Amino acid sequence: MTKSELIQQLARLYPEFSPRQVEDAVKELIEQMAQELSSGGRIEVRGFGSFSLHYRAARVGRNPKTGEAVELEGKYVPHFKAGKELRERVDTI
Amino acid sequence: MALTKAEMAEHLFEKFGMNKTVAKSIVEHFFEQIRMALEAGEEVKLSGFGNFELRTKNERPGRNPKTGEDIPISARRVVTFRPGQKLKQRVCNAKPQ
Repeated sequence: MTKSELIQQLARLYPEFSPRQVEDAVKELIEQMAQELSSGGRIEVRGFGSFSLHYRAARVGRNPKTGEAVELEGKYVPHFKAGKELRERVDTI
Repeated sequence: MALTKAEMAEHLFEKFGMNKTVAKSIVEHFFEQIRMALEAGEEVKLSGFGNFELRTKNERPGRNPKTGEDIPISARRVVTFRPGQKLKQRVCNAKPQ
């Protein structure tokens, strides 16, 4: 499912809004989530999961083309931990 | 304080003047649509944010960390999140609050 398919599904559930309004709302929610993480915050949605930042220490990497050593600075990467309900619903093996 | 559904609904109210009850319901459905797709075995791709992917794991040996007892970890399907390039770039120099 892509973002536009998600928007279509939601638009079906909310006929009182135009598809354009639903699209704006979904984009706004995703932007708010991205904004929260880029300002160093966390996201916690019960039954879905939480997003946080994990630190990656500075390291010496290599340019894969030239083999040259490159100093890489420490950085933060987004991390998602699925919530209980999502874990259980997805685990249908 | 972490971002929650309540704040997300509040944001829709402030930004679009959406009725608060409807805003709460849209936020709930937004996450429920993602859960439903994943539950049905479908990956979810939110461009500008990241992809929710599914991985099937075989049974593997494990152990109860408290008792040291050997217990197999059953086969399972799990969700993983792969952040998109754009989100990674925005987050890399973040200062955790």
